[in-house]
Amino acid sequence: MGTILLIVLVVIVVVLVIYAISTYNGLVRRRNEVEESYRQIDVQLKRRYDLIPNLLEGVKKYFRQEQDVLTQITQARSQAMQPQSPGQQAQSEARLSGAIGNLFAVAEDYPDLRSNTVLIDFQEELSSTENKISFARQHYNDSVQSYNTKIQSFPAVIFARSMGFTESEYFEAQGPERESVTVSYD
Amino acid sequence: MDQKDLGTFRERIVRNRRNSLLLIAAFLAFITVFGYVIGYAWLGHPIRALYGLALALVVGTIFGLLSYYGGDRLVLAASRAREITHADAPVLFNVVEEMTIAAGLPMPKVYIVDDSAPNAFATGRSPEHATVAVTSGLLEKLDRDELQGVMAHEMSHVANFDIRYSMLVGILVGTTVLISDFFLRGLWFGGGRGGGRRGGDGGNQLQIIMMLVAIVLAILAPLFARLMQLSISRQREFLADATAVRLTRNPKGLADALQKISGDKEILEVANRATAHLYIVNPIKRFEKRSKGLFSTHPPIEERIQILRAIEAGGVAETSGQTSTETP
Repeated sequence: MGTILLIVLVVIVVVLVIYAISTYNGLVRRRNEVEESYRQIDVQLKRRYDLIPNLLEGVKKYFRQEQDVLTQITQARSQAMQPQSPGQQAQSEARLSGAIGNLFAVAEDYPDLRSNTVLIDFQEELSSTENKISFARQHYNDSVQSYNTKIQSFPAVIFARSMGFTESEYFEAQGPERESVTVSYD
Repeated sequence: MDQKDLGTFRERIVRNRRNSLLLIAAFLAFITVFGYVIGYAWLGHPIRALYGLALALVVGTIFGLLSYYGGDRLVLAASRAREITHADAPVLFNVVEEMTIAAGLPMPKVYIVDDSAPNAFATGRSPEHATVAVTSGLLEKLDRDELQGVMAHEMSHVANFDIRYSMLVGILVGTTVLISDFFLRGLWFGGGRGGGRRGGDGGNQLQIIMMLVAIVLAILAPLFARLMQLSISRQREFLADATAVRLTRNPKGLADALQKISGDKEILEVANRATAHLYIVNPIKRFEKRSKGLFSTHPPIEERIQILRAIEAGGVAETSGQTSTETP
């Protein structure tokens, strides 16, 4: 009788340990996914900063009369690259997008620039990079949702917080990013 | 998207892994039985029949391993596809990259098939060893959003491990057909040898029965294998469409793309019955007409478009501020 009870107890303990290990590993995997997808956003943001000087170099000679269009972009870029709070970051990102949009709008008025392959290629690269930024944010949010749900569900909810697993924050589009960008032709 | 959706995403991978193992087990069991029956029918002796079993297992294993590790290259070569870089087709490359980011996957190899019929497929044994291929016709005829929808569909196949499962099924069908063919041809040309042995053993009735069983198996097995190939690839297309919408948040792009592809009258010359189930839209047009039938690799395309349009109308498609190629 005693041995049967012992065997049953051992089996229960072993099952619980295996369960705990797999839950723990699931938490670690999700946390890494969240971190990795957060880095991906930065990678794409940086890619956009890197693209801009090349774009400006390629179209510089067409924009002699529109110097302020170019300086706007340069300023917005360097401002966006400053370390700042997420709210401010979103605002300066939106300013940068607006300034670049302005350049393409102005380019519409120049027939030889409109058919310039450098500009067309850059337009594709830039809009793709903007897509990548938003897809990276979307994937980050997906990962956060998966991770947070895991933390808040049984059985992880019992020990997750005491072992240092805390919910991550969602990326939320800030006010200015959602506003439509006003394009001025001056 | 809700949490249930994220859950099923992972569940699908787990289910595909489990089904892959089951498939291999069932295949090995079948090969064992089939090999033994052929061996018995041929050699007329319960012990010597093990030669047939061993031969079938060895052939099946070698063929299986070769196809598992080289199957993607084989498919790409059969489709006459060539690998491209970012410089060859920037928009296609960017769209694939966007989808890998949305799905959190490594970048697959990108191939182009020089054919004016618009179509696309994905292959490989894992997301780390994946390839997506599109025809040059697809690149010409689709706009950016539509191309994005198609690539999202293909990346869903990659993420769900559908590519591995489809490849295993292809191998299973191929090997079964190969062994059955081998046996039936042997029967045709080498029938005299078996008969001679039968006389020597003093009329082995069991051998005749085994011969009949082997013939029936050799005829039915490839049919069953093909039916299996067809039924599983049908439900996968619906799932990949749904996952694609989850990635792009834009059901219109994929729906428009499917409409364009299905409305196109050109025939994809490099596709054949062994690779048909890989494509986003069934490349074998005469099948499409009776596609509700048992022998279609794809669900009716009208039904797929209808579902996507319904999602579009339902307003599930919230964009997350993505820009298209137009100036903002």
